[in-house]
Amino acid sequence: MIPQEFEYSAPKSLDEAITLLGRGAKPLAGGMSLIPMMKLRLAVPDHLADLGRIKDLSYIREHSGSLLIGATTTHYAVESSALVRSKCPLLAETAANIGDVQVRNRGTIGGSVAHADPSADYPAALQALEAQIVARGSKGERAIPIDSFLADTFTTALEPGEIIREVIVPIDGAGVGVCYQKVAQKASGFAVVGIAVRIQRGGEKLSMVRVGVTGLSNRAYRATHTERALEGRTGTPAEIEAAANLVAQGVDANSDIHASAPYRTHLAKIHAARALAKALARAE
Amino acid sequence: MEPRLLLIHYLREVVGLTGPHIGCETSLCGACTVELDGQAVKSCTMFAVQADGAKLVTIEGLAADGKLHKMQEAFWNEHGLQCGFCTPGMIIASKQILDRNPNPTEEEIRHGIEGNICRCTGYQHIVNAVRAAAKAAGA
Repeated sequence: MIPQEFEYSAPKSLDEAITLLGRGAKPLAGGMSLIPMMKLRLAVPDHLADLGRIKDLSYIREHSGSLLIGATTTHYAVESSALVRSKCPLLAETAANIGDVQVRNRGTIGGSVAHADPSADYPAALQALEAQIVARGSKGERAIPIDSFLADTFTTALEPGEIIREVIVPIDGAGVGVCYQKVAQKASGFAVVGIAVRIQRGGEKLSMVRVGVTGLSNRAYRATHTERALEGRTGTPAEIEAAANLVAQGVDANSDIHASAPYRTHLAKIHAARALAKALARAE
Repeated sequence: MEPRLLLIHYLREVVGLTGPHIGCETSLCGACTVELDGQAVKSCTMFAVQADGAKLVTIEGLAADGKLHKMQEAFWNEHGLQCGFCTPGMIIASKQILDRNPNPTEEEIRHGIEGNICRCTGYQHIVNAVRAAAKAAGA
C-alpha cells in the first residue's frame, strides 16, 4: 500500500509550520492515524508539514495548578511520566491504554485530539478533565474547551491554518479517584466504548463527579446526567448503578460491525458502573 | 528519496534488510517492528524521511560479535516461534519490554507484545522466552 505522492516539509518551528499550513500543508504528527489513511488513500494531502522536527513542542510541565502538555508529546511519554502519573493519573492511565506499544511510541496527544476519532481514548479522559486545547494560528493563540473543540466525528473547532500547540489538564490532588476503562476493538485496540471517571469525596458526600465517554456516539462527550445523579450522594452501589444507567441519556449511539447501538449502550452502562466504582474505591 | 517511501520499503528494498517483514500493512500485526532511537516502531507506518538522522536497529543488528542477543537466545531456547514470520518484530518488541522494565510480570509481558500478532504459538512460548531472557539478564 503506497500513498499518493506529496510534497514533504520538515519545519523547525511552530511558526514555520503555521506558514506552511497557510499554504495548504497538512500537519503530520506521529502519523498513527494519518499514514494508515494515506496508505488507504482515504487521505490524499498534497503537502505534509512534519512536526517531528520541532523540538520545543514535546514537553510536560507543571504550571499553576495545571499540567501543560506539548502537542507532539507521545502517548508513551505521558504514560511513563512521573509527573503525569502523580498529578493527573487519569491521563496516564488513559495513555497506557491507547493502541499498542509501538503506536504509543509514535502517536501524539495533539495528533490524536486533532484527528477527533470518535473511538479514540484520549477524548474521554480530556472530557472528564475539562481540558483546554491551545491552538495557534497566524493571528495568535486561543484556548478552546475540549467540549467545544470536539465538534463532530473527525471534526474539530480548529480553523484552517490553526494548529494545536498544547493541551492543558488540571492537577488532581490526593482524594480524587480516577479510572479509565474500555472495551477494546480486538484488532485495532480502539474503544468500542471507553469511560473516563474522576471522583472527589468531600466528607461523606461526593463533591465532584466527572464522566467522559468515547466510542459510543459521533464524538466523545461528558455524561452530565450521570454526574448530576451522583454529586451530593454518598456513592452507594445502588446510586452508582442508577447513575451509570443515565450514561447514554440523550445520546444517539453508533452502530457498526463491532457493536450495534443497543449493545454499545449496554456496554456503556456496564462499564460506567465499573469505572465509577473503581474510581470511588481509589478516592478513598 | 521520495517522501512517500515507507520506512519498511526503504529497509527491505533500498538497504536490503529483509529481516523486518511486511505482514498486514495496516499497523496492526507488528511484523515490521524495528527500533528507532531505542523505541519500537512499526516501520510500515512511518515515512523513511521521518527517520532521517535517527538510529535504526532491525533484527539483523541485534547479534554482536557473532553472538545472538539474549532475547534471540531465549526465543531459540524456549521455542518462542513456529513459522518465524512474526519473530523479527516480536523480538524487537520483546527487547523493548526488558529495556523499560527488567523484571516484568506475565501481564506486563503480554501488554508489551500487544502490538505483535503471532498466528502459530498462542503466545505462551513467547511469554516464556521473555521471562527466560529477563532471568538470564538478572543472573
